Amino acid sequence: MVVVFVETWNQGLKKASFEAVSYAKTWATAAGVGVKAIVNKECTSVADLAQYGADEIITLATSATAFGVAQQVNNMLDGAIGVVVAGTNFGKSMAPALAALVGGALSTNTTSTPKSTSPVRVERGAFSSKGIETIELAGGLPIISFVPNSIGLVESPGAGTISESSASGNDLLTVADRTVASGKVALPEAEIVVSAGRGMKGPENWGMVEELATTLGAATACSKPVSDIGWRPHSEHVGQTGIQVNPNLYIAIGISGAIQHLAGVSASKTIVVVNTDPEAPFFKAADYGIVGDAFEVVPKLTESLRAFKANH
Amino acid sequence: MQLITPSFSLLTNFANAHAKSAKNRPISYSSLHPFAPLGKKSVKAHNHSPKFLDLLCMHSKFEAKPKKYNMNILVCISHVPDTTAKINFTADGTALDPAGVQFVINPYDEFGLTKALHIKEAQGANITVLNVGGPETEPTLRKALAIGADTAVRINATPTDAITVAQNIKNHISANAYDLILCGQESIDYNGGQVPAMLAAMLELPFVNACVGLDLSGSEATAKAEIDGGHATYKATLPLVIGGKKGLVEEKDLRIPNMRGIMTARTKPLAVEEGTNGGATSAKSFAKPASKSAVTMVDADNIDELVRLLHEEAKAI
Repeated sequence: MVVVFVETWNQGLKKASFEAVSYAKTWATAAGVGVKAIVNKECTSVADLAQYGADEIITLATSATAFGVAQQVNNMLDGAIGVVVAGTNFGKSMAPALAALVGGALSTNTTSTPKSTSPVRVERGAFSSKGIETIELAGGLPIISFVPNSIGLVESPGAGTISESSASGNDLLTVADRTVASGKVALPEAEIVVSAGRGMKGPENWGMVEELATTLGAATACSKPVSDIGWRPHSEHVGQTGIQVNPNLYIAIGISGAIQHLAGVSASKTIVVVNTDPEAPFFKAADYGIVGDAFEVVPKLTESLRAFKANH
Repeated sequence: MQLITPSFSLLTNFANAHAKSAKNRPISYSSLHPFAPLGKKSVKAHNHSPKFLDLLCMHSKFEAKPKKYNMNILVCISHVPDTTAKINFTADGTALDPAGVQFVINPYDEFGLTKALHIKEAQGANITVLNVGGPETEPTLRKALAIGADTAVRINATPTDAITVAQNIKNHISANAYDLILCGQESIDYNGGQVPAMLAAMLELPFVNACVGLDLSGSEATAKAEIDGGHATYKATLPLVIGGKKGLVEEKDLRIPNMRGIMTARTKPLAVEEGTNGGATSAKSFAKPASKSAVTMVDADNIDELVRLLHEEAKAI
């Protein structure tokens, strides 16, 4: 079977959770096996995982750290032909730890479901989205960590038998504090991102950016100079040394499009660029462009989108 | 309280660094030593205040244990194409074509290297930089020496995949005692982000990924990390493995080699250790992403048209 570790947030499931199960189901179907989903027992909606293909749902008290969870999953791999983990911040720590414990063959930053299942071959982003690598996972148990939002959801019901496990893990550090902003869309898995740069002239002008983001149900982001000068928090910095995003729609306002920024956003499916400078390099990477002043365009766009949302 | 005693020469360095950076710092190693700047002169200046008694107490401990605490820091360095490099692949499409590509220290690793320098300046440390790769990566290690690392190690092996790299670093660490292992969260070539977590798991050491802040107090570490939608703070006992990014130090803190650094780097040791080759994964082919079709420009006075295109053409909303 294909084993999938399903991440939970505040006892609930998110799109990345279902996407991980969908991924596992696609792989399992191609290989002719079932799907075993492992999930925190405090999650209140584990049965929903069956909708996307979970045949067995194993609940357990998950460890507080990625290493502890990797140990737990490592104890539940009997009969596994592969493991799937969403490439969230947590998954980025957990999947390599598991690969080290199992002696697995790991692909991270994966952007496709398996192109072949024996041996397993998948596509992954490399060289900051300037290359697509086809990688073969033949030297150990194949483990795949995929880029959230790159695969999508496929409903394909599985048996959904629920049982509990007592597998334990060993945390090597203590969590002193965990703060998650509620009601905000997490950037790495956002389907729509509204991002702004120095063209906004000052942090006091971000209200209109946030209003546009709220209208679209989008996450907000910013360019590197803006986080460097402290207008916005580092956690919003999208680009080479910040967060790499992969949304369906990326709207860049007042960002010139330095190569370091493009490295973090070029995997976006549709890019809209608003800039006063018609020569801004970002237009070359954009699908749609508007030459204009953000202070006029953004409120008009928000208004137009509100009218659109009201009718759709 | 565990008392780690830096030598007095280091204390002077520490005092300077402390004076600059003491603001807004939570309890850290440096803030536990507010007396550090006090040499003999300062002792006179502080008559028999409670602080003075504390100082005497501290001082007697220094006398009793004159052992120098030299923290051993390992900074793992990837040798990667410069951000602005044009990426091409070999004719058979199975590897990067290095022709005409400028290689640099992986940007994520620079934050770790600078953090190591900050620690060295605050409390004394020996900094080793390490790379797993062939002789062509040595200029990158020399650059790290020029920036301020003390010694360099090249593990001579082909860095086929992350598990091979992690295994080689693990073997090196097992033979050398390090208090802190600083890695970048990921390298900008293969974007795997796997080595730091694998290394920590192999060594069964605590690991903090996407680390955006690190404070040390003796052998206790407090690390701040980005998690999905927020931040977490972790506490761990050294040795510790870090997957760092911007925030570990600020971008403006990053250093470039100066002439003196470049001169001294020539004489600093660069050891070559034989590594092992292997690999669980293999790159079958590389392709370039399909080039974008030309941008569709929309008039700023016709925003409704953009919304229509996003809905009907791009199906993005």
